[in-house]
Amino acid sequence: MRVGVITFPGSLDDHDALAAATRGGAEGVGLWHGDTDLSGVDAVVLPGGFSYGDYLRTGAIAQHAPIMAAVRAFAADGGPVLGICNGFQILCEAGLLPGALLRNSGLRFVSRPVFVTVERRDTPFTRGFDHPGPWSVPLKSGEGCYHADPATLDRLEAEDRVVFRYLPGDNPNGSARNIAGVSNEAGNVVGLMPHPEHAVDDDLAGGDDFLAMFAGLASDVPEHESLSR
Amino acid sequence: MTQTPVTTFPADETLTDERARELGHELGLRRDEYDQVVEALGRVPTVSELGMYSVMWSEHCSYKSSKVHLRRLEATSPRILAGPGENAGVVDVGDGLAVAFKVESHNHPSFVEPYQGAATGVGGILRDIFTMGARPIAVMDSLRFGDPTVDGLGPRSRAFQRAIVDGVVRGVGGYGNCVGVPNIGGETVFDDRYATNPLVNVLAIGVMPVERLQLATAEQVGDVAILLGSSTGRDGIGGASVLASQEFDEGLEDKRPNVQVGDPFREKSLIECCLELYDRDLLAGIQDMGAAGIACSTAELASAASMGMDVDLDAVHLREPSMASWEILCSESQERMLALAHPDGVDEVLAVAARWDVPASVIGEVVAGDRLRLHRRGELVADLPARSLADEGPTYDRPRERPAWQDGYGIVVAEDLPIPGLADDGDLAGFVAKFLASPSLAAADWVHGQYDSWVRGGTVLGPGQGDAGVVRLPGSARGIACALDGNGRWCELDPAEGTRRVVAEAFRNVACVGATPIASTNCLNFGNPERPEIMWQLATSIEALGEATRTLGIPVTGGNVSLYNESRVGGSDDPRDTHIWPTPVIGVLGVIDDAAMAVGQAFVQEGDVVFLLGDETRPGLAGSALQAYLDLPLGGRLAPVDLDLEARLAVVLGEAARAGLLHSAHDISDGGLVAALADSAVLGDIGVQIVPTERKDPAQLLFSESPSRVLVTTPSDSVRELARLCADAEVPLADVGTVGGTTIDVQGLLTLSLEDVRDAHLRGVPTAVDPSLVTTATGEVVT
Repeated sequence: MRVGVITFPGSLDDHDALAAATRGGAEGVGLWHGDTDLSGVDAVVLPGGFSYGDYLRTGAIAQHAPIMAAVRAFAADGGPVLGICNGFQILCEAGLLPGALLRNSGLRFVSRPVFVTVERRDTPFTRGFDHPGPWSVPLKSGEGCYHADPATLDRLEAEDRVVFRYLPGDNPNGSARNIAGVSNEAGNVVGLMPHPEHAVDDDLAGGDDFLAMFAGLASDVPEHESLSR
Repeated sequence: MTQTPVTTFPADETLTDERARELGHELGLRRDEYDQVVEALGRVPTVSELGMYSVMWSEHCSYKSSKVHLRRLEATSPRILAGPGENAGVVDVGDGLAVAFKVESHNHPSFVEPYQGAATGVGGILRDIFTMGARPIAVMDSLRFGDPTVDGLGPRSRAFQRAIVDGVVRGVGGYGNCVGVPNIGGETVFDDRYATNPLVNVLAIGVMPVERLQLATAEQVGDVAILLGSSTGRDGIGGASVLASQEFDEGLEDKRPNVQVGDPFREKSLIECCLELYDRDLLAGIQDMGAAGIACSTAELASAASMGMDVDLDAVHLREPSMASWEILCSESQERMLALAHPDGVDEVLAVAARWDVPASVIGEVVAGDRLRLHRRGELVADLPARSLADEGPTYDRPRERPAWQDGYGIVVAEDLPIPGLADDGDLAGFVAKFLASPSLAAADWVHGQYDSWVRGGTVLGPGQGDAGVVRLPGSARGIACALDGNGRWCELDPAEGTRRVVAEAFRNVACVGATPIASTNCLNFGNPERPEIMWQLATSIEALGEATRTLGIPVTGGNVSLYNESRVGGSDDPRDTHIWPTPVIGVLGVIDDAAMAVGQAFVQEGDVVFLLGDETRPGLAGSALQAYLDLPLGGRLAPVDLDLEARLAVVLGEAARAGLLHSAHDISDGGLVAALADSAVLGDIGVQIVPTERKDPAQLLFSESPSRVLVTTPSDSVRELARLCADAEVPLADVGTVGGTTIDVQGLLTLSLEDVRDAHLRGVPTAVDPSLVTTATGEVVT
């Protein structure tokens, strides 16, 4: 299993995502925003950070990077794609995931561990979890408030596409319906605001609750096709 | 020895002696300093030269008032790979790795424009770190603000104070979060003495393979100077001389253009670009551009190599083409580096820069001789000995005088305080809960909850989790620990003993997490050195700093001096009111062989035994948080700290941590025993029952800040082993209680519900400072 991690200008957690993939048992492969192919990887991670400084709307510039055409094609083909934080924002801007991330309701950057439940355990990124949680994971973002129109939110829930939720009463950023992460229709593209790559090592402050995400990804159980319904 | 100076300069660069002297004065050059410039040049300076000398000879760049005293800090250690005078200190931490670290202030800019002032403070210290060849892996911030619970006039109003706190915290976070370096701790202090002169000190730590250390020694004639990074604009011109080297007066708004604007995204690209250049071994030298920009970096590189440099200012990429030569030279535009490369490597350097989208321009060349020559539009605009600018500025041994007001402190009765609830059988628990909610003692979650503390996957103990921050080094089990501490009230009371205590505290904090302290850095924040009283404080503090760091084996590897921390904005003219408390902030670095064994502050397990290690509780209310909280005049005498005991205590803490005996360790400091218990209990979400073994005045037992005391908890089956370690090292220990329950209980004195303490602890800071919260006259928060 080869997991590619894209470095955009301003990506910050690319190094962490590569380390997490390796720790989960996969081979981490660095990918460059200016390239046009994915070097034959089996999964792609768009890491956290502040691509292009986020001086424009978050993710708005990065979604036009040359490598994104290859990511779109890979995703359309059923390839597993994970967007973490800024990566989630980029996937939303790219139209690969529904909705948008707005400024936190408290209008401040929020950095703290949060608990999330895994609402759906049949995606490539959640099949490693043996129960829904709650699981602890660091969150660190200024624009993490998940937003979509009510019809879209209804559809996401009806289609079982809410993958992660904050605990009721502990929503850190005002996200609609406590949504922390969503998937596309096929379930192969997943985005979330918390940082699973910071929760893969029990010796570190972030703990290891999300090692299951990378271990599950590395265990090459289902083919991409088996995910489509 | 000097070559014959060129005598013809463009008309717009040429000054008469009279005009040059006048202009020099406006730029902050004293009359005799101007004469020294003329002597160095052998003629009247050009406009560009005058600009360069005024900035480079400013207090901020030249350390002219502190240099003679800083020599006392010199220390040698085989571990130190780069010491004072370099951009940052570098120490060998074993395993082929070296760590660069340094603390620096950005006080004045942060008062004038809090967000950008603080943000560029982070950016500047990070450049000092990666200039040495190291990848930045952590930052810490030491912040001092006015008391936001007191409402005064103008800048002392609560709204103004909150805006400063808010802007600074957003600035530190905004830059650090976006540049991708984790914040692992620091301190946040609120005290009215900083109301019109906040202190924003940022420490940064970086790591590198030993062989990547960049020292400016490899230059050769013909090497090419390449300016990397942001374009040069008019922002921040004169920041060093105008902002950092003068007191504040009215007219803050006018100084806003002197504050630089940060671009953390560009800095991130610049970091990656420079690290790739080092890895490819393409550079012969590199210098960051902070204060005094191109003037400073070209002069320092040339001077360090005992060579000259020819620079073409037309090649500098500019934001505004109309900029005058002196503006280009003195611009403090951020996120710029000056690199030297062998001519054969220039194309590769430019290619690496292009890959990271970092603008780069070839602007000059290293030449034989000692002259720094700068050209603009084909004409020479400055021609001066590089060394005169960088290393031969004025130094002063300014007059010092022990302030008369010191006598008043000694006669204050500090150790016998009327504690509400203690003397009159009132509500002691209620008083303590309120005391713990005072913003300097309360948890700083509101502050560091806005900082990324996780990025780059090494953080073992982040802000507030341990007495020091701990980061595991990449590719290693080894970690580094760092603590950053200051205490202005102690140092005002007694600059020598206060400084020793602060050094001891930072040292102890590093030891508490289980690390071995190995080196130190410092940021010396003081008032106007032209006042003999302030100069006495500075000199006294430096002497104590040198003595304490030598005794404890943590040699000074560098640091920063910030003077003129005085302000007449909205205040009186009396020196006692205008200057800040003398505030040396000390950073201590430690190494821990197995970072996973680091010990945090939180109580962990019901039934663990609580021990007090080190000294007994001594009278320690002079200069204390309690004295401040009760609005009593600062005074009393500081009990002397026993540095030998501190060293032994550190040995025990290190050995106990390595043996896995400790579940928590937290020193007793600001706020005394009650504050230490509250920190550990709230963090661990578990109570504690203390049974005092000492027969002491209850006020001292609960609130004394006497040094050399650490509370540790250990499982009962490790007690014997811990006692043996203490006996071997001759460190006293006392069994003082048990972890467990839902109260913080000090037998016979105090019972606090954990819930009340948590509430007080977590709400103290946001209630006081969050501008989005409205506080009523009674302190109720309305959301």
